[in-house]
Amino acid sequence: MARAMETGNHAAGYALAVAGEANRDARGCACGAYPITPQSEIIEFLRGFDFTKGRVIPVESEHSAMAVCIGASLAGARAFTASSANGLAYMVENIFAAGFYRLPIVLIAVNRTLGPPWNIWVDQGDSLMLRDAALLQFYAESHQDLVDTILVAFRVGEDQRVLLPALVALDGFVTSHTQMVVDLPERELVDRYLPHCNIPHRLRGEHPATIGGLTWPRETEHHRVEIQEAMERVPQVLAEALDEFEHVFGRRPHGALSAEHTDDADTVLMACNTMVRTLRNVVTARRDKGERIGMINSKMFRPFPRQELLAAVSNAKRIGVLDRNHSPGSGGIFWQEVAATLQSRPDVIVQDYLVGLGGGDVTPEVIDEIIDDLNAREKAGEPVWKEVAA
Amino acid sequence: MSTVASPEELYCHNVLRPGNTNCAGCGMSIGLRWLDEALDGEKPTMVIPACCGIVTAGAFPTTAYGVPTAASTFASAAAVASGVSAVYALNGEPDVVVCWTGDGGTYDIGVATLSAAAERNDDILYICYDNEIYGNTGGQRSSATPELAVTSTTTKGKSERKKDMMAIMAGHRIPYAATLSVAHREDFLRKIRTARKTSGFRFLLTLSPCPTGWKSDPEESVDLIRHAVRSGLFPLYEIFDGIRYRLNERPDGTPVEEYVTRQRRYTKVPTDAAPLKSYIEDQWRYLDAMAKAFPMEGA
Ligand SMILES: Cc1ncc(C[n+]2csc(CCOP(=O)(O)OP(=O)(O)O)c2C)c(N)n1
Ligand code: SF4
Repeated sequence: MARAMETGNHAAGYALAVAGEANRDARGCACGAYPITPQSEIIEFLRGFDFTKGRVIPVESEHSAMAVCIGASLAGARAFTASSANGLAYMVENIFAAGFYRLPIVLIAVNRTLGPPWNIWVDQGDSLMLRDAALLQFYAESHQDLVDTILVAFRVGEDQRVLLPALVALDGFVTSHTQMVVDLPERELVDRYLPHCNIPHRLRGEHPATIGGLTWPRETEHHRVEIQEAMERVPQVLAEALDEFEHVFGRRPHGALSAEHTDDADTVLMACNTMVRTLRNVVTARRDKGERIGMINSKMFRPFPRQELLAAVSNAKRIGVLDRNHSPGSGGIFWQEVAATLQSRPDVIVQDYLVGLGGGDVTPEVIDEIIDDLNAREKAGEPVWKEVAA
Repeated sequence: MSTVASPEELYCHNVLRPGNTNCAGCGMSIGLRWLDEALDGEKPTMVIPACCGIVTAGAFPTTAYGVPTAASTFASAAAVASGVSAVYALNGEPDVVVCWTGDGGTYDIGVATLSAAAERNDDILYICYDNEIYGNTGGQRSSATPELAVTSTTTKGKSERKKDMMAIMAGHRIPYAATLSVAHREDFLRKIRTARKTSGFRFLLTLSPCPTGWKSDPEESVDLIRHAVRSGLFPLYEIFDGIRYRLNERPDGTPVEEYVTRQRRYTKVPTDAAPLKSYIEDQWRYLDAMAKAFPMEGA
């Protein structure tokens, strides 16, 4: 392993590049590239990378960035791209298309606030806007988790039991532009970890199929059911991918959901991305004082790990969900998932906290206040707007 | 030598096969067949955005396309083709990648994507079958709709002139651009072959008769295009490297009224067809000036 001080963006660029390289003895790799703050360094890195068998195509929009990935993937290559905020919004049509075509394209989302008004700081409303696409979604809590998860995303998305695109999200600036020490996986190990990308329905002269033409309602329903079944196979495929990761690289990335100290906890807090790390410090400090408190790193949003969540909170009385996103007219998007999952547990208070929107700094003090509010509750209420200092 | 081929031999690997849903008299039926013929047995990979060109394939699991075909989102044909073409090149595969798109996917929603692929000079053979409307969605205007034509969204006749897509493509300095007529078979085949032999981005534009949208008699489709060419309304020409012009056929005095009066979309055109005549005049002044200033050697 090469240990290096890297920004999140360069670490992500490196992971994409070595994953692309690992397909050089098969049909190669391709990327459609278009810049946006805070993602730009990723595509700059990729444009500068010397691929053995790969192309990074500079396009005129995110819509075309994903379209290039679709074309490359339909031609059998490993394909990837990256974007943020309005770039992801602009890409939406083709992200849905990629899922419907069953193409395992990896999409990096450097989370940023949607605008206008323009705000470049972190907010997960951009990637969560994609919740209804046929798209796996992972949220990385650190630079290391990011690199590892990107490799895992290729392996799971390309698995023949899944064949779906996968999004890996990191926090804009907090992760993308800060440096941390990372183990950058060596190419030989990545070659070992990632099998050649196989798109069984790729365009072939000898098998003239039409991909993406017209369908009637019945075929459409079958198509959607197949996508749902593929999603349901993800937990098993992910477990195998993590085992293999540990075997090849000697460390194990987080799974879909990691529960910390939840066995004896009355109060459980849930978050993702870098908020997890602040939350961990707060929870540790409170446990040191004897509180029965635990936490959940909800790393995977799609498929949503309902069973793992139910198991993790089997002893909980209260759950507080930290949502760095907002669905107008409803509330936090993670909270909606948690509340739906916990319908079978009416005894549990599930409270939503909208926090750190538009990049507000979610400090330990803010999280302490949230925990105090949660602990004082007799029942759940409407989502709480938890303002933070600018 | 046996001369009778089975339907399978005849059609199974054609670009467009029998059973497609093109309306009678649709220009695509001729265009796709001639594309096939000009490729001399080579099987293209097709990228087709939302338009009549993909509807004609029919519904899954059947398809009227006998070659590998990707149905892209409406605005994405050129970018999807760029991805396919790049990967074919990485793998040393010689297959030609053909975009087959309507005017909506070319002049309007797809124009940015098309422009970008052309600017990169990606190895794509891009063909626009221009029926001058959104046929698939019921015949609304596009920026390719000619002045005064009635569509479902220009019920009083369109007030703007048709966009000059060839000039826009020439501005990209692509190696080859040409206009093709389904009434001029040899010229059509020759241009496809020239485009096939050229590498980089190639843009072909064919005026595609659409009896459904033009409110014309299906059996007159080919005649209509012949009149469009002879009257000077649809000039046949080629542009090399975006700058050197070759004009293939001059107007022969055929009155544009011959074209206009046989389509009920032109009911708002005055009987003397003056606006169309001045359009033709301007267009030829421009083309003649370009061909004089920048002639293609050997023209
Ligand atoms: C993003 C998007 N907007 C609108 C549509 C609806 N739509 C499908 S085909 C089409 C018009 C196609 O017109 P054209 O490209 O001229 O081809 P034609 O149908 O005439 O063959 C439209 C508006 C769509 N599929 N996608
Ligand atoms: S509507 Fe026009 S372009 Fe579409 S299939 Fe019919 S004739 Fe052809």
